[in-house]
Amino acid sequence: MERTIYRELKATRRVWEMAVLLGLVILAGLGAVIYLEEVGHIGTGMNNQVVWGTPHVFAIFMIVAASGALNVASIASVFGKAPYKPMSRLSGVLAIALLAGGLAVLVLDLGRPDRLIIAMTKYNFSSIFAWNIFLYTGFMAIVAGYLYLQMARGIPDRYIKTAGLLAFLWRLALTTGTGSIFGWLVARPGYDAAIMAPLFIAMSFSFGMAVFILVLAALCRLGERPIGEMLLRRMGRLLAIFAAAVLYFTVVQHLTNLYAAEHTGFERFILLQGGIYTMLFWVGQVLIGGLIPIAMIFHPTFGKNPKAPLVASALVILGGFAQVYVIVVGGQVYPMEMFPGYEYSSSFFDGQIANYRPKLTEFLLGFGGVALALMITGVGAKVLRILPTNLSDANVGQKS
Amino acid sequence: MTFRLPDDESEKPDLKRRDFLRSGAAVAVITLAPGVTLTAFGGSEAEAGAADAGKRWGLLIDASRCDPDCNACVTACSQENGWEDTGKPETDAQWIRKVTLKDKATGRESSLPVMCQHCEEPPCVDVCPTGASFKRADGIVLVDKHICIGCRYCMMACPYKARSFIHEPIVNQKSWAPRGKGTVESCTLCVHRVDTGRIPACVEACAATGNKAIIFGDLKDPESEISRRLAEYPSLALRADLDLNPGVRYTNL
Repeated sequence: MERTIYRELKATRRVWEMAVLLGLVILAGLGAVIYLEEVGHIGTGMNNQVVWGTPHVFAIFMIVAASGALNVASIASVFGKAPYKPMSRLSGVLAIALLAGGLAVLVLDLGRPDRLIIAMTKYNFSSIFAWNIFLYTGFMAIVAGYLYLQMARGIPDRYIKTAGLLAFLWRLALTTGTGSIFGWLVARPGYDAAIMAPLFIAMSFSFGMAVFILVLAALCRLGERPIGEMLLRRMGRLLAIFAAAVLYFTVVQHLTNLYAAEHTGFERFILLQGGIYTMLFWVGQVLIGGLIPIAMIFHPTFGKNPKAPLVASALVILGGFAQVYVIVVGGQVYPMEMFPGYEYSSSFFDGQIANYRPKLTEFLLGFGGVALALMITGVGAKVLRILPTNLSDANVGQKS
Repeated sequence: MTFRLPDDESEKPDLKRRDFLRSGAAVAVITLAPGVTLTAFGGSEAEAGAADAGKRWGLLIDASRCDPDCNACVTACSQENGWEDTGKPETDAQWIRKVTLKDKATGRESSLPVMCQHCEEPPCVDVCPTGASFKRADGIVLVDKHICIGCRYCMMACPYKARSFIHEPIVNQKSWAPRGKGTVESCTLCVHRVDTGRIPACVEACAATGNKAIIFGDLKDPESEISRRLAEYPSLALRADLDLNPGVRYTNL
């Protein structure tokens, strides 16, 4: 087994093409931001009933995936699994990049993005949002330090392991914080549940792993570097276990709600009568994002196909978006129970299912954030030595 | 729970002008140019610092007196504070709205206005990352438009759907009710009026119709009209299960 050698990506024509493509998507996102800055949020599909929309789905997906992208580094340095070690630098860079992309979307969707400095200087510490500002910036700083320790010469392993442990604990706190944005909302029947925190942690493991597998495969292809089938399958199996964990927490979440009569209205909406939300739940999250990729990975024949982990990753990402959409938007369109025992209505859409049709601007902003995250990762791989020259099975070994 | 409030002459809120002035009205006046004055009433926590902690302003709404066909409180609020129906109901701001209720068991219908409930434990204040949502010492919950970043987390957190986000540029706003695109707003309990010894516009308009369904007053003063009525007749807080102790109470629902 040769020593792992890390080399920057070469600036080939395909690398440049990819950079231009991502640049264009980022520009389109910025165009949407400038437009919305001019006309206001009337230029989105969001309204006074659904105040968080598609940009938030993108942002939350990326923020959650960011901490999960660090899985590979954690598995290598905290849990000591050698085959993951060569990929742990990329894992750190991707984690920072996804968080940056997600935060960019979140910040640029603010009603007053120009007041970001206020968010950085004025804090209300009873707000989980304010805590999250520290959890997010702290995550970036810790992962950056962790990356530095991995890449600097002559750093003893125990320092790297300590930094890895700190980053691992921090990412658990970060996802707990993100889940609690919803879990601590007492007003709405779709939220107000402590399970949001562990559910979001499971989601982060799953989404982050899926994004990592696809980004790694894409970078290896762009850089014409070999990647072992066994290595991909190994990560694929881990992904399937994480996806199963998401399903488990989802089952517990809904069973708990179904037991309480006060929540049956909301459950009936999401599980049976919610139209697009019901479809996104069953077909998007459960089937495409859960059962199908899990079945693919563990299938006796297709599971051995080198494409299986890649297809499964893509499906987990699609299902993940569906899941976040159902949580964020589905949780808002269902009306709050302000007058138990009464039917009620008003000019302000009280007591009725709210309308929300996302507009193009929201998708441009969201995809702009995704492109930004990928661009940062790509630039990272171009200027830093984070990508090994050879990830073939023979080179990384299969023993842990 | 259907009790009628007695018709008596003392239904005007028990407010003394001198009390307001003594309470240290949070009024800042800046003269921009001769004849042009920008007056901000308790718009920020610093300006609101002088609000009297010895008072807690509240409303008592008598659903049995609220005429389902009457919209006077909503119209008055809209005129007073400068928010209006622009024909886009999903995105237009509504600081106060009339809600029509039908008892699922009995079919009995009633109508009542819902606005910011000025909670003692406001979830919007808890979740606001910058502290733009704040509660004055006298219980009025406001948004400081200068530090609201427009994240809308308060709208996610409010159980009363009391807040609106401004989706479009605003023109012709009232100097005493500053509003701005990209920020969140809600009923201010007409803080600019309260701080100068007047009653909220909705209360005044409701009284003018003769319905007198809304009473305004100091919940901490046991002698105030609102306190006496609350002590005497059953009333309820919306979403009482959340234990937010709102300053707005309902009776005869």
